[in-house]
Amino acid sequence: MAGFSIRPCGDFRTTYRQDTRIFDTTYIRNAAILGIFAVAMIPFVLDGYYVNLFIQISYFAIAALGLNILVGFTGQISLGHAAFFGFGAFASAWINNTTGIPVLLSIPLAGLMTAAVGMLFGLPAARIKGLYLAIATLAAQFILEDFFARAEWFTGGSYGAAANPVNVFGYEVLDDFSFFYVCLFFLVVMYLLGTNLMRTRDGRAFVAVRDHYLSAEIMGINLTKYRLMSFAISSFYAGVGGAMYGHYLGFVSAEGFTILLSIQFLGMIIIGGLGSVKGTLMGTVFMVLLPEVMETGVSALSVFEWANSTAVTDGLAYIKEMAIGLAIILFLIFEPDGLAHRWQQIRAYWKLYPFSY
Amino acid sequence: MARANGLGRHYRDGNMNFELLFQLLLNGLIVGTLYGVVAMCFVLIYKSTQIVNFAQGEFLLIGAWVCYAFLVEMHMPFWLGFLFTLLFMMAFGIVLQMVVLRPMIGEPIISVIMVTIGLSIFFQAATKWIFGATTATYPQVFETRSVNLLGMQIETAYIMSFVISLFIMAGFYWFFKYSKLGLAMRATAFDQQVAQSLGISVKTVFAMSWAISALVSGVAGIVIGMVNGVSSALSVIGIKVFPAVILGGLDSIIGAIVGGVIIGLLENTAEFVDGQYLHWGNLFSIAPFYVLIIILCIKPYGLFGTKDIERI
Repeated sequence: MAGFSIRPCGDFRTTYRQDTRIFDTTYIRNAAILGIFAVAMIPFVLDGYYVNLFIQISYFAIAALGLNILVGFTGQISLGHAAFFGFGAFASAWINNTTGIPVLLSIPLAGLMTAAVGMLFGLPAARIKGLYLAIATLAAQFILEDFFARAEWFTGGSYGAAANPVNVFGYEVLDDFSFFYVCLFFLVVMYLLGTNLMRTRDGRAFVAVRDHYLSAEIMGINLTKYRLMSFAISSFYAGVGGAMYGHYLGFVSAEGFTILLSIQFLGMIIIGGLGSVKGTLMGTVFMVLLPEVMETGVSALSVFEWANSTAVTDGLAYIKEMAIGLAIILFLIFEPDGLAHRWQQIRAYWKLYPFSY
Repeated sequence: MARANGLGRHYRDGNMNFELLFQLLLNGLIVGTLYGVVAMCFVLIYKSTQIVNFAQGEFLLIGAWVCYAFLVEMHMPFWLGFLFTLLFMMAFGIVLQMVVLRPMIGEPIISVIMVTIGLSIFFQAATKWIFGATTATYPQVFETRSVNLLGMQIETAYIMSFVISLFIMAGFYWFFKYSKLGLAMRATAFDQQVAQSLGISVKTVFAMSWAISALVSGVAGIVIGMVNGVSSALSVIGIKVFPAVILGGLDSIIGAIVGGVIIGLLENTAEFVDGQYLHWGNLFSIAPFYVLIIILCIKPYGLFGTKDIERI
């Protein structure tokens, strides 16, 4: 957790306002702004493959941040995030196709619709918690998957739904190059909103519910309200991420939103660090790049005789899946606080070198 | 949609609906006892180690595939292959507990859940990679394929699975009532510190509960594999276990059996209603989850589970 930060000498906080700034120090703020500009340069410097990877990272990262708000900040476990992600994709396509509302507006609307569904399935959270809630959300995953396959008016059933490309003030965003900036815009906005949420009363209430729900209740926090709110916000993020996914692919099929994707979302926030906004982004990058790295690794190994057999090349899909499972297990055993914690340690090492005590 | 829930069906296109219903209920009972056995293994792990095992279905998968490898690829006689599979599953359970789950003691519940989910993904992909994604069938074990019982054709394998399930349940009863290890497990489940101070090795108990759970799940996997063939669809049973254990109560072995049978019957009743009146297509596979949500909303601790009472 981001409990401590390394601050330059003489930089004291004298007001509460300073203590709750989004960015700890001016340096970090400037670095973040520079970072955004650097990322915005990607399409000019790197080729389409990396642009595509970034787009994937951005919609998954938005959905994963939602899950982190629910799991990492509020302590409610959800195994059905992919279903909400999918619901957002279908909802946005549906809103856009039936009412003609422009896509850029239908994305947040889909988020709101998903939030309503998320609250519906979050209702058991009013009574149960921990493991029981995890199992209830598992049921939500299967029920929603079944709904996608069945509700032809909404999802197109087994044929899937067509989603129009994003339209910004009459300009159709058709290629990756322009969609990249739409993604960057949503990513920055959603992450700023997420960080800001944690500075408000509601955000602190979430953390209180996570840390000790009885004490939180005694201090006057309405548990039911905040648990439901957390589900709603989490589903909103999932819906927005899903909607972007749908409009990017141009086509939403009911098969893509399985429990495996839910687990991948959980993997992202665990690898990144539960309860860390920055970590969510790192975890998503890790999770999206992992299969790519595996693929490169396998093809690099194929110069050897033993690794060039059909067993290895045909099993690539399985190797990727195994890598996901293994990454989750290894992180939980060796680095339960995730990449965010590791990053903090690396920073501390450089900052304090050579006197790290 | 492909059937994913277990035993294939053999009912005639009778004009008598009652006959169909009866056949389905019988199927439900047989599938349900198998659910009950797997749910029992799940509860065993939860009760003694407080770990929710999302990889229970993969135990079935691994047991079935390993036995298949012994029988078909190494050409062992059935009893020998079966015995080796049991030994393998036992070792597998112990190693898994020692290497992966022991470091998780004392971690928050989300970590524990995620570790078993990670294991589940890993083993599912690994078995697909090693053994292929297609369904494989065991060599024929029985000479007669079906027997006539009360005017109904029932496959011998079904009867065998039912008998084995009952046998396992009786074995569990004996184990927890009379054997020393079983008593040690119950003591550990009741209070770890007290058990430890009485000289029970909690480490051994943890390892043994995983071993037994893996072993019995492996047997269940072999039984289902004999009836239906072995494929990754077996691991779906690991998910079906959740409605059963929640219905029965998460820490009750009796509840697991009752819950399993109820879910088995419910699935088949749902199929009957669906097939005869509603024609929705896959009500049977989704109905248990609706029940699960309803149970969690009205009676979260199930029929036989103990209520959690928290001290402030």
